[in-house]
Amino acid sequence: MITLDRLIPGQKGSIQSISAPPAILQRLLEMGLLEGEEVEVVALAPFGDPIDLRIHGFQLSIRKSEASTIQVLLAGESS
Amino acid sequence: MNVSVGHAESVRPLSIVLIGNPNTGKTTLFNALTGLRHRVGNYPGVTVETKTARARFGSRPIDVTDVPGTYSLSPRSPDEMLAVDLLLGNRSEIPKPDAVVCIVDASNIERNLYLTTQILELGLPVVLALNMTDVAESQDIQVDARQLSQSLGIPVIRVQANAKKGVSELISAVEQAASSDSTAHSPEFPTPFRDAVEQLARSLGHSHDAAIPPYLLMRALLDAGGASEARLIERFGSSVSAQLRELRDRLGKEGCPIPAVEPRIRYRWISEHVRPAVRRPIERKQTSTDRIDRILLHRVWGIIVFLLLMTIIFQSIYTFADYVMSPIDAGFGALGEWVEHQLPEGPVRSLLVNGIIAGVGNVLIFLPQILILFGFLAILEDCGYMARAAFLMDKVMAGCGLSGKSFVPLLSSFACAVPGIMSARTIENRRDRIATVLIAPLMSCSARLPVYVLLIGAFVPATPILGPFTYQGLVLVSLYCLGLVIAPLVAWTLKNTLLRGEKPVFIMELPGYKWPSIETVIWRMLERGWSFVQRAGTLILATTIVIWALQYYPRSPEIEAHYDKEFAELEARGKSNGISVEDLDAQRIEIEHRMEAAYQKQSFLGRLGKFVEPAVKPLGWDWRIGMAAIASFPAREVVVSALGTIYSVGHDVDDSDEDGSFTRLQNALRAARWPDGRVVFNLPVALSILVFFALCSQCAATLVVIRKELNSSKWAAFTFVYMTTLAYLGAFITYQVGSWWISRGV
Repeated sequence: MITLDRLIPGQKGSIQSISAPPAILQRLLEMGLLEGEEVEVVALAPFGDPIDLRIHGFQLSIRKSEASTIQVLLAGESS
Repeated sequence: MNVSVGHAESVRPLSIVLIGNPNTGKTTLFNALTGLRHRVGNYPGVTVETKTARARFGSRPIDVTDVPGTYSLSPRSPDEMLAVDLLLGNRSEIPKPDAVVCIVDASNIERNLYLTTQILELGLPVVLALNMTDVAESQDIQVDARQLSQSLGIPVIRVQANAKKGVSELISAVEQAASSDSTAHSPEFPTPFRDAVEQLARSLGHSHDAAIPPYLLMRALLDAGGASEARLIERFGSSVSAQLRELRDRLGKEGCPIPAVEPRIRYRWISEHVRPAVRRPIERKQTSTDRIDRILLHRVWGIIVFLLLMTIIFQSIYTFADYVMSPIDAGFGALGEWVEHQLPEGPVRSLLVNGIIAGVGNVLIFLPQILILFGFLAILEDCGYMARAAFLMDKVMAGCGLSGKSFVPLLSSFACAVPGIMSARTIENRRDRIATVLIAPLMSCSARLPVYVLLIGAFVPATPILGPFTYQGLVLVSLYCLGLVIAPLVAWTLKNTLLRGEKPVFIMELPGYKWPSIETVIWRMLERGWSFVQRAGTLILATTIVIWALQYYPRSPEIEAHYDKEFAELEARGKSNGISVEDLDAQRIEIEHRMEAAYQKQSFLGRLGKFVEPAVKPLGWDWRIGMAAIASFPAREVVVSALGTIYSVGHDVDDSDEDGSFTRLQNALRAARWPDGRVVFNLPVALSILVFFALCSQCAATLVVIRKELNSSKWAAFTFVYMTTLAYLGAFITYQVGSWWISRGV
């Protein structure tokens, strides 16, 4: 398992847990970043931050600081 | 007798609220429902504005209130609380809604329905407007509206907001829903959670008579540190906070972790209820958005396209707007001259020319830049690029505590802070937005250029430093950089002091690309232009008139008598000595200029200049410069003509002298002397004025727009004070260091 900020564009994973502070956690969950959802890193911004994700068919950008609180299981990897 | 008037009054308009996620076509639907007219009112919140307008359909009048786009109804800021209060009927200016229209994007229905399930909890009749089914179909996503309606227990109407399709069906569904009982289904929270809400209600109910809406209690539990909790604390005291913490802890142990319990329950419910109504391909289809993003979010190409777009926008407001602004400027100048010839000399003529016409000009001169900037921004916003721009630039802005969304407003401010500040509305985070607005006027706008050109041309040597670069160029570049260096420092300081708070989360949707709608673009341009003229216009005009009056009054009869005598002598000499007509005219103009300067000297503003001379002396300034700086409060560039008047060369300051190297004003400035014979303007003085004008807030329009946009006189006053302080300190250091340097060298 690795944190979402370490995925490279094109990689997918499924969300295992999020350890962000409550207010941020709530926003992330509301946008559908729930445990078990598949998330793909679409692109990194030119200066490396933030990152562009695809989740449930739409694109969402979050900063690496938030992405580093999201644990994912890489696609093809088993727990 | 006409009885229909009484009848019309008896029909209370139906009140509905339009709500939805950002990028769902909500504003387009609002415009389609209401048209451009019949605006009922704007209700400014802290940083956002709620619009209400009358619908042009339906059997009875319907007032539609447009709530700013939001992903959820879990208020964390006063602005988000406004939407909740509106829906709960807690706002006095808008009656409790009879129904809610929830607009959703069919291509992204699950996430859109999250907000809908929260609204269903309020017990109001809800109608779902299913928009963007064409986008969904292009991705092979089929949404069965009838099936969805059955699942959710609310009417679901297919609309195509940009083609105005389904609008009348939507209205009739709303009329019907408003008059019938809600049959909506909604997610059920686990028993421990409901018990906790119940317990909270009971304990608060004992200490207060008015009942708190259950939704607010639920929110107070779910949104730790949110606006609902703050509301309860305000009403029941800080003991509520401890109680909420206790309840949350207990819920965590009972399998309802806060805040995760809510999204889990809602999304599970949504997925169960939506599944029978939505068919989507197993493998997600590649979209045109994917293909475009491969270029526009590319590390190299993405930046190139971004820089190209920003250059085009910047050039347009900086250079091309000039093609419209110059005629406006010239037109008002010509109008002023014409009035001058029509009316006799006196206060009425002066008020008309230098107060009212100049003031109206000061307002209208901003329109081309506002319209052009908002034209571009509306196109970029509507097609989905603005979020990408913020994405690309976020890292650059994060250094001073802002986000990528501050980039475009600040860039625009290099052309003009007024549209720049107005464009900061797209920044949702209140503190980020305030910080952006407060530093925007530090960007060197185009109105500073005339000041720069005048003083650099007159006092900075054109000696080459390296190749084509001269000291003049170096000074100009340094002045532009000054703002660029100071602004991030100010932003950082503000975000760590006055605007300190919870770090805003940068969670931003990158919407799918679409063709911008010309109607939306033009509508937004006109709306912003009109709102500027209407809301800022009168105040800018008033400032110009006040400054005019201070500069015009009092008119002393002695000065008049003195110069009347001079004129009479000149006429007499002209008759006896046979001076040529040209010479006579020239001398007459020369006397007129001296008379104007004499009037200025003893005007209120001149006295003020004298009064502040001790304060501006450490900057190397005499009272004339101090006075010109004060006179330029309505607009920076006015300092040029103010200096022209006070140095007796008239306000037509562009005339060159014989050999053409300096303008007459530049020569006058170079010739200015202190009473003891020293020159007033040397290089350190010129630099000190330049630094002052690079940093000061001598622009009434900017301050007025800050006041209007942030809905606060306090922030406008703050901007004036902090910028003037910075400008004074900057000028002081420049002059003192410069003088020391020169004295050392000599």
